[in-house]
Amino acid sequence: MPEPTLNSYLMLSAVLFAIGTAGVFLRRNLITILLSVEVMLNAVNLTFVAADRFFQTVDGQIIVFFVMTVAAAEAAVGLAIIIALFRHRESLNPDAFTSLKW
Amino acid sequence: MDALFFWILAAAAVVASLLVIGQRNPMHSVMWLIVSFCALSGLYVLLGAPFVAAIQIIIYAGAIMVLFLFVVMLLNVPTETPTEGPRRLLTAGPRRFGAVLAVVLVAELAWALRRVQGAAMPVNAAETSVHAIGLRLYRDYAFAFEATSVLILVAMVGAVILARRESK
Repeated sequence: MPEPTLNSYLMLSAVLFAIGTAGVFLRRNLITILLSVEVMLNAVNLTFVAADRFFQTVDGQIIVFFVMTVAAAEAAVGLAIIIALFRHRESLNPDAFTSLKW
Repeated sequence: MDALFFWILAAAAVVASLLVIGQRNPMHSVMWLIVSFCALSGLYVLLGAPFVAAIQIIIYAGAIMVLFLFVVMLLNVPTETPTEGPRRLLTAGPRRFGAVLAVVLVAELAWALRRVQGAAMPVNAAETSVHAIGLRLYRDYAFAFEATSVLILVAMVGAVILARRESK
């Protein structure tokens, strides 16, 4: 087993971010799309903590703290919008919401 | 030992994340996302950041995922129907072109990453006790901290207003 370097952590983070991006584009369900965004946020958090260890600081962990707060706010507002949309159309398929399409 | 744990947890995080986006049932997606968060939490412990590992479990897996589960159950979300109607936005030509470009990109990345010497992690973690984080958070990031509390308040009010049933 090779010892994990900073690059291993960054590559893992990049892979997770790519998975999250793929989820946003591939899934046809608003809730799963929000979950994919959470995966992306977590990939970025991993980068912050790994860089923190590398540079021997705590600032990255504080930024992770703020990212989590913003993620909580985003989840609350996003889910409220999803509830309102579901009441409106009885569907969570993003293709069903095209009223603003030009 | 640490190396073994890193590879196990990394594999767990990647597999769980893949399963998150590979499910048609959002309930299963939420469960796999919790697995992914637990694996990431273990990685944070390996990186010498126990505070982040703890709030990862408490806030993310505990609070945010419960919120998601709550909405999934509240809406009784239908499982995704396997794409009704044509979803092929692209014809065969652009698809093939895109696939070739993707393969080229992966090959380039693999070639470039093989040439990079990984930067070794420092053996000892910095002073990352909750004490040190708290000092920094309330001293240097005090304004950001207060701004965050306002953000949470706004999000809370916004969520209530958005999800409210309109009265006639």
